[in-house]
Amino acid sequence: MTDTAPAIELKGISKSFGPVQANKDIAMRVMPGTIHGIIGENGAGKSTLMSILYGFYKADRGEIFIGGKEARITDSQSAIAAGIGMVFQHFKLVQNFTVLENIILGAEDGPMLRPSLARARGVLKQLSDEYELSVDPDQLIENLSVGHQQRVEILKALYRQADILILDEPTGVLTPAEADHLFRILDNLRSEGKTIILITHKLREIMEITDTVSVMRRGQMTATVKTAETSPGELAELMVGRKVLLQVDKSPAKVGAPILQIENLRHVDSHGVERLRGVSLEVRAGEVLGIAGVAGNGQSELLEVLGGYADATGSVTVNGKPLPLTGTGADGAARRKTGIAHVPEDRQTEGLIMPYTAWENTVFGYHREPEFQSGMLMDNAKIREQAQDKMTRYDVRPPDPSLPAKAFSGGNQQKIVLAREIERDPDVLLIGQPTRGVDIGAIEFIHKEIIRLRDTGKAILLVSVELDEIFALSDRIAVMFDGQVMGERMPNETDQTELGLLMAGVTERPGGDPIKAVDAALEQKEQREASQHD
Amino acid sequence: MTLITKFLGASAALALTAGAALADPALVYDLGGKFDKSFNEAAYNGAEAWAAETGGSYRDIELQSEAQREQALRRFAEAGFNPVVTTGFSMSSPIASVAPDYPDTKFVTIDGFVDPEEHPNVLSILFSEHEGSYLVGMMAAMASETGTVSFVGGMDVPLIRKFACGYAQGAKAANPDIEVISNMTGTTPAAWNDPVKGSELASAQISQGSDVIFAAAGGTGIGVLQTAADQDILSIGVDSNQNALHPGQVLTSMLKRVDVAVQDAMTAGADLETGVTVLGLAENGVDYAMDENNADLVSEDMVAALDAAREQIVSGEVTVHDYSSDDSCPALSF
Amino acid sequence: MDKMPAWADAVLVPLISILLAAILSALVILAIGENPVEAFNLMVEGALMRSAGWGYTLYYTTNFIFTGLCAAVAFHAKMFNIGGEGQAMIGGLGVALVCLFIPFPHWTVALLVAIVAAGAFGALWALIPAYLQAKRGSHIVITTIMFNFIASAVLNYVLVNLLRPQGAMDPATARFPEATQLPTFQDMFATADNPLFRGSPANVTFFLAVLACVAFWFLMWRTRLGYEIRAFGHSESAVKYAGISPVRITIVAMLISGGLAGMMALNTTMGEAERLVMNATEGAGFIGIAVALMGRSHPVGIFLAALLFGFLYQGGAELALWTNIPRELITVIQALVILFTGALDNMVRMPLERLFVALGRKDA
Repeated sequence: MTDTAPAIELKGISKSFGPVQANKDIAMRVMPGTIHGIIGENGAGKSTLMSILYGFYKADRGEIFIGGKEARITDSQSAIAAGIGMVFQHFKLVQNFTVLENIILGAEDGPMLRPSLARARGVLKQLSDEYELSVDPDQLIENLSVGHQQRVEILKALYRQADILILDEPTGVLTPAEADHLFRILDNLRSEGKTIILITHKLREIMEITDTVSVMRRGQMTATVKTAETSPGELAELMVGRKVLLQVDKSPAKVGAPILQIENLRHVDSHGVERLRGVSLEVRAGEVLGIAGVAGNGQSELLEVLGGYADATGSVTVNGKPLPLTGTGADGAARRKTGIAHVPEDRQTEGLIMPYTAWENTVFGYHREPEFQSGMLMDNAKIREQAQDKMTRYDVRPPDPSLPAKAFSGGNQQKIVLAREIERDPDVLLIGQPTRGVDIGAIEFIHKEIIRLRDTGKAILLVSVELDEIFALSDRIAVMFDGQVMGERMPNETDQTELGLLMAGVTERPGGDPIKAVDAALEQKEQREASQHD
Repeated sequence: MTLITKFLGASAALALTAGAALADPALVYDLGGKFDKSFNEAAYNGAEAWAAETGGSYRDIELQSEAQREQALRRFAEAGFNPVVTTGFSMSSPIASVAPDYPDTKFVTIDGFVDPEEHPNVLSILFSEHEGSYLVGMMAAMASETGTVSFVGGMDVPLIRKFACGYAQGAKAANPDIEVISNMTGTTPAAWNDPVKGSELASAQISQGSDVIFAAAGGTGIGVLQTAADQDILSIGVDSNQNALHPGQVLTSMLKRVDVAVQDAMTAGADLETGVTVLGLAENGVDYAMDENNADLVSEDMVAALDAAREQIVSGEVTVHDYSSDDSCPALSF
Repeated sequence: MDKMPAWADAVLVPLISILLAAILSALVILAIGENPVEAFNLMVEGALMRSAGWGYTLYYTTNFIFTGLCAAVAFHAKMFNIGGEGQAMIGGLGVALVCLFIPFPHWTVALLVAIVAAGAFGALWALIPAYLQAKRGSHIVITTIMFNFIASAVLNYVLVNLLRPQGAMDPATARFPEATQLPTFQDMFATADNPLFRGSPANVTFFLAVLACVAFWFLMWRTRLGYEIRAFGHSESAVKYAGISPVRITIVAMLISGGLAGMMALNTTMGEAERLVMNATEGAGFIGIAVALMGRSHPVGIFLAALLFGFLYQGGAELALWTNIPRELITVIQALVILFTGALDNMVRMPLERLFVALGRKDA
């Protein structure tokens, strides 16, 4: 024991949801003025633990000490009172309120808003200066970039005088530049004596910023180590309990004729904002074209247009045959008939019907195929049978077709989608975020399947916000920013820095401060979107 | 078959628990409900008068749904109630389908008509509303200073047009130059219970110059009488004596002695004579109300004129045209 | 996440809800000085212990099955069809038109044609709100409510001005010809020595309603269309991804829903009144929503819930006949059951869920 008490100490925290033990006998100590990382696979219990700390759940057993004193945290109010602030993965901001209004929301000084706003304005200015947390206090949230919205969340916590800040997967939605900025903010906070808990599944971030790191696996804290004394390989091993290959073994691509050709594709969303601004791409047989980019730069819309459920202008051909981009024939069912299979970015809201059983999900989108019919009815017996077969071959666990999709872990859900789409033997496979929220064991399996498919001569269009994944799988990389392709690179001829700049809309390596160039590009994008938004 | 035996047994048991003494009468109110200050309430008053006079007891039901019409008739008949008295023309169709199943029970339909040839155990009681309306129409024309009188009907059905037509004939008989305005509240049963709409119609008629309004509109009439009183003109009530609602401001009420009809039917009991009865001025089935509330409003001239007209109608010297006889009215166009 | 067992969700929750409603109703009855036990006995005896009581209970049940299925189809597509009432009214108009104007040789033919007419008229009445929802995003709750009023006005106009026989007071059509009158349970089951279902309105449409339950099950869980409707109800974005047109599903689901509501009119119009009256639906369209909620949008649940509400309606009529409980309070009691089983479902479910979780932990 040192003289200073730990900022947070957890002792024997356990929490079960029925038969599932989400947290088991967790012990953790975080010293003040440090950044502590918590890393673990999806479903390892990180979020549950933080929810307990923030008062959303009540632990079945165990004690929480804040600054050496036992704290009884029953709801988020008592967590705030204990000096804990939380920045969620999905921000809890009121879109049509200003920054200032959001910051005082729930922490007003009295029934009248004016004095609260005035006080908040002062505090905000001081905090902004102190921690590089600059945001325009009078701007509406909906006009802010994701990175700025995140700053508002941090400011909200600091305004409530949080000494302990929990950030849940904070970089998932950020550009590399924005992420760098965030880390500088965190660094400043640390040097001011704040304690930070960073939850992430990105090993790189842990290595970059944290002082200590805890690894969670299956509800248990398997190890707590000093960051300086560990390596990414060791952490990964601790996470999954065995050594994993972060590299994908693949032979050089045997590229054939162009299969999917995209010319000058344009798409306007329901608010009138142009989301695709003249995209032209080509995917050839036997190659993986990786689309890198920060979420929200048109990749999702590209997949939606190709998948047949968003209207567009321009031209798309498959094997030389043009596809209708609006009206009849521009729907998912027609696309499947032309040989396009699609693993969507969000399996929970698109790829799967979560309450449906696994067997029902294995034909979703193909349920009108004659082979699944028997007269006027669906041939449920046959569908179950083929589902069982797919689940066995794709190693879906548990291999029980009658469980609802929501009962499977992220990786196993993704395997169900993948099995469904790959097994139809498509010419083109669209894959969005194949391993988002997927544990490392399943990532390996999914990556291998994608390469196997490539090697059978399919044209694969891969969209991912994970640069590591883009590098690991792609034979060519196209970078998207603000609805346009900023450039194409071969993976062995580029690096993360160059791609990072492209992703932020900077096509040439700037001479001066790269951050300034990035900010300028982002600002331009935001202005365009705001001006088109109706 | 044991299940069925059980049903039958239980049904017998129910008859006992329900405690229906043989030959108690029953009363079925129309959907408007017991206390509508008008038609149904008149029936209720008649039943209460019977109970007070004879010390007997009766059972009644306020209907909630269409399907209950037949059900109530059947259940009362099965339980031995006799006669089963019903109010409102909507009951005539259910009675026609139920009556043959219970030949020993007497059914009474007030305001409804059931063919006496086909259904020997049904008494249809009809009122000559046109005759009573004729008298209050005369009184209205004599009381009017503006030369315009008016009529607010409830639901637009032939029965209510019969009121309006008699009223217009009487008014024209007393003053050939009189103008008669007529409005109906609506075309659904809801029109019987819409005092707000009644008030609006009354206001509209007042603005057209009417200074005596006859409301034959069930609960809707409450709104008519209220507005007339508020705007300081005269009104005429209907069915029950409504003079007391706004003393000194209700000229009179066209009485339709539903209470008497109910009381008579209950008094006759199981020996009730069936067939069709029409109650007019001659039978005191319709009348106009005089009491201390309107004594100051009705002059002796009026009373004399009305008495003379009554005699002429009873004697057959004057015939008041009945709208429902040929769906037309000589004195008023709808 | 942990949940309570399925049987508890399906059986225990509604049972406790009914119990709570019963307790509150008993308090209401006590408060006006009547005996709740006696009242309950009266209801049971009047509704379930006599064949004629069953005849009424099943008559109401038939209505509620149709309107319950109507609401359930829409629920599966995540739509709130409040327009069952209006769709049933217009369905009734369809029934009346074919019964009055086509000379049928036998009731079986009449029934078949009337099913088509009732379904088509009801579906048509649901089509416009469905189209507005699918194409224009007008909320189906608002439009179907408005369409109830419009249906009522249309029916009123047609009955008063077009179909009312000369000289009649009622806003109702003439009685249907003999050949279109459906056999009642009395016609089917009563014998000379055993006058079963005497005078009660339950008729052959009850079997049609049961058939509709079976068909509903097949449609929802065995056909592509049902698969798509349910998928649409769970996730509109997934349905778009899969190439299923949300517009098509919205419209088709509402057509089926409206058609089922329309078929309710067969029971009230062809089966019971044998003419079309203004007030033929009597709120069954709204009760259907509670029935579907309580029955978890599953045909077995809907059948049982419809039976419960049928019992409540018939029992309520018995209370009105033999007690001095005013009809307004009988309505209050019926409303309490609707409130507890339909609207306040979660009030019971959540504590129960917590209880099961707690018990489960103790076991573990």
